[in-house]
Amino acid sequence: MTQTTVTPSAGVALTLRNLSKRFGDQTVLQALDLDIRAGEFVAVVGRSGCGKSTLLRLIAGLESASTGDVRADGSPLDTGHFDTRLMFQDARLLPWKSVLQNVGLGLSGAWQDKARAVLAEVGLAEHAHKWPSQLSGGQRQRVALARALIHEPQLLLLDEPLGALDALTRIEMQQLIERLWQQHRFTVLLVTHDVEEAVALGDRVLLIEEGRVGLDLPVPLPRSRVRGSAGFAALEERVLSRVLALPDREAIPEPEPVALGALRWAL
Amino acid sequence: MASAISTLAVPVWRRSAPWIVPALLVLLWQWAATHGVLTSRILPAPLAVLEAGSRLWQSGELWAHLKISFWRAAIGFGIGGGIGLLLGLITGMSRRGELLLDTTVQMIRNVPPLALIPLVILWFGIDEAAKLFLVAFGTLFPVYINTYHGIRSVDKDLVEMARSYGLRGWPLFRDVILPGALPSILVGVRFALGFAWILLIVAETISASSGIGYLAMNAREFLQTDVVVLAILLYALLGKLSDYGARQLERVWLRWHPAYQ
Repeated sequence: MTQTTVTPSAGVALTLRNLSKRFGDQTVLQALDLDIRAGEFVAVVGRSGCGKSTLLRLIAGLESASTGDVRADGSPLDTGHFDTRLMFQDARLLPWKSVLQNVGLGLSGAWQDKARAVLAEVGLAEHAHKWPSQLSGGQRQRVALARALIHEPQLLLLDEPLGALDALTRIEMQQLIERLWQQHRFTVLLVTHDVEEAVALGDRVLLIEEGRVGLDLPVPLPRSRVRGSAGFAALEERVLSRVLALPDREAIPEPEPVALGALRWAL
Repeated sequence: MASAISTLAVPVWRRSAPWIVPALLVLLWQWAATHGVLTSRILPAPLAVLEAGSRLWQSGELWAHLKISFWRAAIGFGIGGGIGLLLGLITGMSRRGELLLDTTVQMIRNVPPLALIPLVILWFGIDEAAKLFLVAFGTLFPVYINTYHGIRSVDKDLVEMARSYGLRGWPLFRDVILPGALPSILVGVRFALGFAWILLIVAETISASSGIGYLAMNAREFLQTDVVVLAILLYALLGKLSDYGARQLERVWLRWHPAYQ
């Protein structure tokens, strides 16, 4: 079932120096410095709007930095010497192409056999000829994962790919991603709002606060990690308490207390 | 046994139900004609219309008129729809194209095609070109607007994803933009086909020496109401047929769409 015909590819090391991003007069990322080792699994957490998704999109080349640069193995990103793949929160499959064709998107030559092999790796071999609309949300994300893997990426960027899935499917997907990472050893940057997910998967948990690295915490637990263990809970607690220490930028304002007199009118 | 009958009965009922009302109307019409409620000068009996049809069919006249009308609708739609598709692709794909062309197209679109008839007759006489021009003019805009709208409403996230997978230029258009716009383009095609027949009727009634519209106008001169009614029914049939064709296209090209599964 898990046999692979995709050759393992070594990851790429990332160096971010003085990286900033502004949208108009709003600064999303402020002079970020970051080093990521080849083959490392880095989980990035933070509140909504902290800049974690922007960080990912900058590394993916979907946005351009206002200042600073991202280097991969010492050379600038845009030279394209290595392969980066991005997985989005929604699967973004082309609804008019079959599952197999979606996996082979952008490939030429005899890609079909390889696409079937990668689909088998994510456990969807028998769904190759279905339309994406016939799959469940979790299956669609697995197709998106296969589509990324077929390119044998050296860097896999995951932008909250499991956010829309139910709890059980999410744990299955986490195990799948971990297993594939252990086989292929690419570098992973996972953006998530789920602290438990970050601690379960990351070699390091990176907390982004107001455009800066607020916390850079190694996770020394052995894999695969047991969620209920004391070490796990302690780490999760540490990250959570740090996240909660800052006021939420998008917090909904408390409703004004309603006077009793006003209520009577409403009745 | 009873369940076997009911499972068989459901499709039969679903197939026949839409035709009950038309069948009743035809029966009522036949009854009114044979009992003298309707004189044949106002509305001939359905059987008389059928007889006229078979007479004209046997003489080969009907087939000749049908052929020429169908040919005009097809060529006119081909020209108008083709230009509309091309313009829609240009304005949909490029901001510069939209800036340059869209206002012009929208202005011309607001001219009713039938208002052009005097000018068309002056330009082309009652030549084939007159009919083709009117049909092409009328079918251009539904295809144009729906193509433009379809391309503009292609999911931006899908385009971003495809770009991040290295798709540019023609592959991006072929694999992402065109299929994404296709449902909308096909809506335009169905509108345009309906429009093509309306315009053709008018064009053939006003200035033609062949075609179904000519058949009807000629029959009016000789008070052949049966042939007039036959021509009207033929238009209905041809309109229905072309709509059916467009729906078959939708079923093939949009088979990925949940609405067609």
